[in-house]
Amino acid sequence: MEQVPLTHVLILSSTLFFLGIYGFFSRRNLITMLMSIELILNSININFVAFNKYLYPHQLEGVFFTLFIITVAAAEVSLSIAIIINLFRRFNTIDIEDTNTLKF
Amino acid sequence: MSSYDLSSILIVLLPIVSFVTLSVFGKRIKPSISGVLGTMSLAITLVLALYVAYGYFFDFGMQAGAHVKHIALQFQWLKFNENLSIDLGIVLDPISVMMLVVITAVSTMVHLYSINYMHGEERFTMYYAYLSLFTFSMLGLVVAVNIFQMYIFWELVGVSSFLLIGYYYTKPSAIAAAKKAFIVTRFADLGFLIGILMLSYGAKTLDFFTLIERLTQPNSVYLASFAGSSFLGLSALSWALLLVFTGGAGKSAMFPLHIWLPDAMEGPTPVSALIHAATMVVAGVFLVGRLFPIFAISAPDALHIVGYIGGFTALFAAIIACTQTDIKRVLAYSTISQIAFMMFALGVSGWGEESEGFTASMFHLFTHAFFKALLFLGAGAVIHAVHSNEMEDMGGLRKALPITHITFLLACLAIAGVPPFAGFFSKEAILSAAFHGNSLIFYVGLFTSCLTAFYMFRLYFRIFWYNPVKEDHHNHEGHTWPMNIALIILAFGAVFAGLIPFGHFVSADGKPIELPFHLTFSIAPVLLGIAGILLAYVMYGEKNEMPDKLTASISGLYRAAYRKFYIDEVYLFVTKKVLFNLVGRPAAWFDRNVVDGMINGYASITTMSSESIKPMQSGRLQSYTMFFLGGVLLVAALLVIKFM
Repeated sequence: MEQVPLTHVLILSSTLFFLGIYGFFSRRNLITMLMSIELILNSININFVAFNKYLYPHQLEGVFFTLFIITVAAAEVSLSIAIIINLFRRFNTIDIEDTNTLKF
Repeated sequence: MSSYDLSSILIVLLPIVSFVTLSVFGKRIKPSISGVLGTMSLAITLVLALYVAYGYFFDFGMQAGAHVKHIALQFQWLKFNENLSIDLGIVLDPISVMMLVVITAVSTMVHLYSINYMHGEERFTMYYAYLSLFTFSMLGLVVAVNIFQMYIFWELVGVSSFLLIGYYYTKPSAIAAAKKAFIVTRFADLGFLIGILMLSYGAKTLDFFTLIERLTQPNSVYLASFAGSSFLGLSALSWALLLVFTGGAGKSAMFPLHIWLPDAMEGPTPVSALIHAATMVVAGVFLVGRLFPIFAISAPDALHIVGYIGGFTALFAAIIACTQTDIKRVLAYSTISQIAFMMFALGVSGWGEESEGFTASMFHLFTHAFFKALLFLGAGAVIHAVHSNEMEDMGGLRKALPITHITFLLACLAIAGVPPFAGFFSKEAILSAAFHGNSLIFYVGLFTSCLTAFYMFRLYFRIFWYNPVKEDHHNHEGHTWPMNIALIILAFGAVFAGLIPFGHFVSADGKPIELPFHLTFSIAPVLLGIAGILLAYVMYGEKNEMPDKLTASISGLYRAAYRKFYIDEVYLFVTKKVLFNLVGRPAAWFDRNVVDGMINGYASITTMSSESIKPMQSGRLQSYTMFFLGGVLLVAALLVIKFM
């Protein structure tokens, strides 16, 4: 069976990555922005798995890294949600435009 | 080390031990105990000083027919180079031994007296600590082996004087007086310091005795080069000595640096007795006396200037003393006048055969310490009873204060020069020296001694006679026995100190001399003194119209003297109008505009740049991320360019 070439996978991950970036910049809702970050992380996970598969098929480091990233991402999400809940309690909104008091 | 050396070291150490003990444990010691403790340590010091004086004058001091110096202790403290070092030590010679006795005696009496006088004061223990500090500094000053050691203790004396004048630190006038004393004497000490530096540059040593030796030997190379260079008609040596004398004039309140002493009377009265009458203010006389061989042999022109300043100050202060109404101020001006007597006695003195002025000056210093301390302590007892310094509130106190009255009268007789009290002998010696030295100063001195008798008895009659005896004055002296004892002991000094054959002990070159005493010569001063006393009796013996009439007839002179000849006003004019406008204000302008401007400029540049970059921290998360992404992309682009 002919394999899918690496380029295709990379194009997929790049697309996901920039979709995430776009979502991060264009959305005003903090939850949506968090989801965009997850997209970015997932695109990187795909990269890791793909490179592992195509370049070093007999090793598993890339896959392990992916597992680590998923774990860390879960922790990060729980933290972010906690921050967002606090923000909401304070400002009654989770719109990023209205929560800009942390400055000079 | 002989027992005399050990005693002389203990004399200096005991007061500082007492100072440290009282000031460190002051809060834990009961006031009554601290007073006794301070007095006891000083009493021991007095006994030791008498022991050392006995040993010096009758045991080991005399060698080959002359009193020689004896170094009891000397060690190097700070070394600059091979020749120049600051040593600390204790030297015993006639004048330092004499001063040791005077200082410890007066200080012990003042300590004793203060137990009563300062009773119930809030900072009683600190008062005793300061007194001990002062005594230590003064003792260290007179036994100095090195001119720099003297300077160090000189400043310490100034500090303790400052602390004691400002003892009542809640009173604005006391604070102002303390500051004035400190600033005026510090200003004078600048001259002293420059003088020390010039002398040590010229003689390449700071040690007193090496200095005197190098600057008095006729064939000394140091003297030749030092006296050779001249400026404005005086040799460099004379200038150096005059600058040293400036320091002495500041401490000894010579015109025009006398302005601090009358104000210093804001301190407690026993302090005035100890510091501003008997000991510290004669430090200037002592300084000139210490350097006297250089003055007399190598720079007689400087010595003449000392004499003229002394003569002028004596008359000047005596005239002011006749008009003052605050009894402590009268005594202050009298002190200035008497110290000026000592100064001009030094000024008219010569070397060798003609050095009786030196002995007379030291003699007067010795006797003056007793009767002036007695006068101040007596005035203190009066103030203690009346609670006022003004003559207006006194009069007719002779029944209320019998002991004070008698001792005060004895002291007045002593200072007026009535035989056979102490002041008679020393003043006679001074006038005789002036008669042989400089006739102008002699006549000024003669007139001043008449004025002295007048103003002292004006004071005496105003306090104890003048008004009729008040019946309601009960005896104030019943419960003040430490004060009474101090007064009585000092009265013995005031009466009998003059009978000591002083010339046998103290003379310029150490060889005993006989102070001349001619009956015919002393007729004029004694008659003038008695005339002064009679005049005072006529004017102030009982309340009458005469003083008012007299002051009205010479109102211009009276007013000028009452306002102290406007010297304070002149100082104020010079400082406030001239110095402040010409120096102070430009300096303040420079400070405000240039110095502050630079600092403010730095600050405003920082603020401006901070303002301009502040908006970057907007608080908006997405713009931060945008910058971050831009940075990452930039780095990525750079890496791509680098590795392509």
